[in-house]
Amino acid sequence: MSTRHRPAEHPALDVENISKFFHLPQPPLWKRLLGARVELPEPGELPAVVEGEKAPVAAVDHVSFRIERGEIFGVLGPNGSGKSTLIRLISTLLTADRGNAKIFGVDIRADEMGAKQMISRVSVDAAFFKKLSPMENLLYGARLYGVTGAEAKVKAYEILARLGLKRPTYTEPMEEMSRGMQQKVAIARAFLTSPILLLLDEPTTGLDPRSKREVRAFIEELRDSHDATILITTHDMEEADLLCDRVAVIHEGRLVATDSPAALKRSIASNGEQPTLEDVFMRLTGEKLVDHDAIEAARS
Amino acid sequence: MARNWHLTKRYWGWEVVWFFYSLTSGLSVVFIAQGAEALTGTAPGFDVQYLTMYLIIGTLVWRYLSNIFMLTSEVIAWERWEGTIEYTLMAPVRRWVHLVGQTGYSLIYSLITTLAIGIAMALFFELDLSGANLLGAGAVILAGSLSLIAIGIVASILPLLYPERGAQMTSVVVASFLLISGVYYPITVLPDWMQAIAVVSPVTFVLEGTRAAVLEGAGLSELWAYILPLLVIGVVALPIGLRLFRAAEQFAKRTGRLKRVG
Repeated sequence: MSTRHRPAEHPALDVENISKFFHLPQPPLWKRLLGARVELPEPGELPAVVEGEKAPVAAVDHVSFRIERGEIFGVLGPNGSGKSTLIRLISTLLTADRGNAKIFGVDIRADEMGAKQMISRVSVDAAFFKKLSPMENLLYGARLYGVTGAEAKVKAYEILARLGLKRPTYTEPMEEMSRGMQQKVAIARAFLTSPILLLLDEPTTGLDPRSKREVRAFIEELRDSHDATILITTHDMEEADLLCDRVAVIHEGRLVATDSPAALKRSIASNGEQPTLEDVFMRLTGEKLVDHDAIEAARS
Repeated sequence: MARNWHLTKRYWGWEVVWFFYSLTSGLSVVFIAQGAEALTGTAPGFDVQYLTMYLIIGTLVWRYLSNIFMLTSEVIAWERWEGTIEYTLMAPVRRWVHLVGQTGYSLIYSLITTLAIGIAMALFFELDLSGANLLGAGAVILAGSLSLIAIGIVASILPLLYPERGAQMTSVVVASFLLISGVYYPITVLPDWMQAIAVVSPVTFVLEGTRAAVLEGAGLSELWAYILPLLVIGVVALPIGLRLFRAAEQFAKRTGRLKRVG
């Protein structure tokens, strides 16, 4: 773990046994009206599929982990493994069926507003008002978080310049920008509000190698200069290896391992081989993290 | 509010287009009054000027109220469309502050654009407004705005829960108000069951109060009969609307409906 971490009274994020299920069989309406609840499955178990109904899904299945202040913590998993659902649960955009999370000791259920003040999230699809410019979008975001217009404007200019955006693009509609640029603005928007816990949901997916490098450098710089803790989901092993102090491997909604990238690699090393994080993932789950064959097939 | 102002500034050309569209569609409705005599023949007591004013008030008041309603309810539909709804809903801002802030723009925008169309219509038909109580009419309309904002907030639940169909469903609500509230005709011509609904519609109160102020020059004491129920409906409906929106938001968070983009 990095020496940048400082002891704190509470961990930056303490996730305990959090679970989210979809399409669980519902009791009849009359029973629900009388207070009957959906029966939640135990870890690793799911009820049988009812004919004509959607199959029950354990999107996040009894997940627990802890992130210390100043840490960059990666959640590694393929598409559909539960990474985004986990981020949504922590961001209060989804209500957990079981378990809870605390952000610097603040319970996200008991004090949702208090938790929201400490977090910001960047999603894989940089969502903006596309007819508005980066500057207008940043100002809107800043106002939502209670940052005054004048303060937001100064910070927005600083951050947009730092990201390498040319001045004329500040006032052009977002829809005219490349996806890489849009994603950079999304990260700028997150930092405009000075969150102390930043949730990055595949922030570099779909970016070209240069943009990926720039975004990574920006994340590290912001962690160091803003005293932020970062939870990042990715299926890019190189990214996880380079950026993260620790990574958790998630598979079918469950965490199967949590440690530093070096320790995870060491744990499966044998005969002097230098395993990669992808090797770790394959060993732990029996699957490839990124199915290159499927990608090639889709391209052709 | 700032976001919508930025959009209006950026696409001011569309505002000009909408102004002319609204003006011409309004004029075409009011010309029914001018053509009524030619269509049906002269009847004793038929007053073209009165009918013209009656339809102008209906056109303007309806435009104002439906604009407030649509802009308020479309706030969520736009966010769904752009995919920003999750970003907005995870911001540390109280829902009532968020929604009331969003409706502030709809109120100001609707007021300014409707006033401009009203002035253009008055000049076009050379209306004599010397006996009209315009301030009283304004008070009735503003009192009615509260209720429409509340109903707009409730309607915005539809695009929150149903990204693909929600926005269209709010249009059904607007069309129903148009039918039952006596926008272009007195509600007495409606079937009894529709009249029963019309008498609790805030739009009916606004239209009747505005017509009393403009056509009959009714004073504030007479207009109070319209303003008071409108304020009561507004004060009751607004917290109910906010509470319902909050409940819908919780439901969406429980069932994962915020993720889908329409």
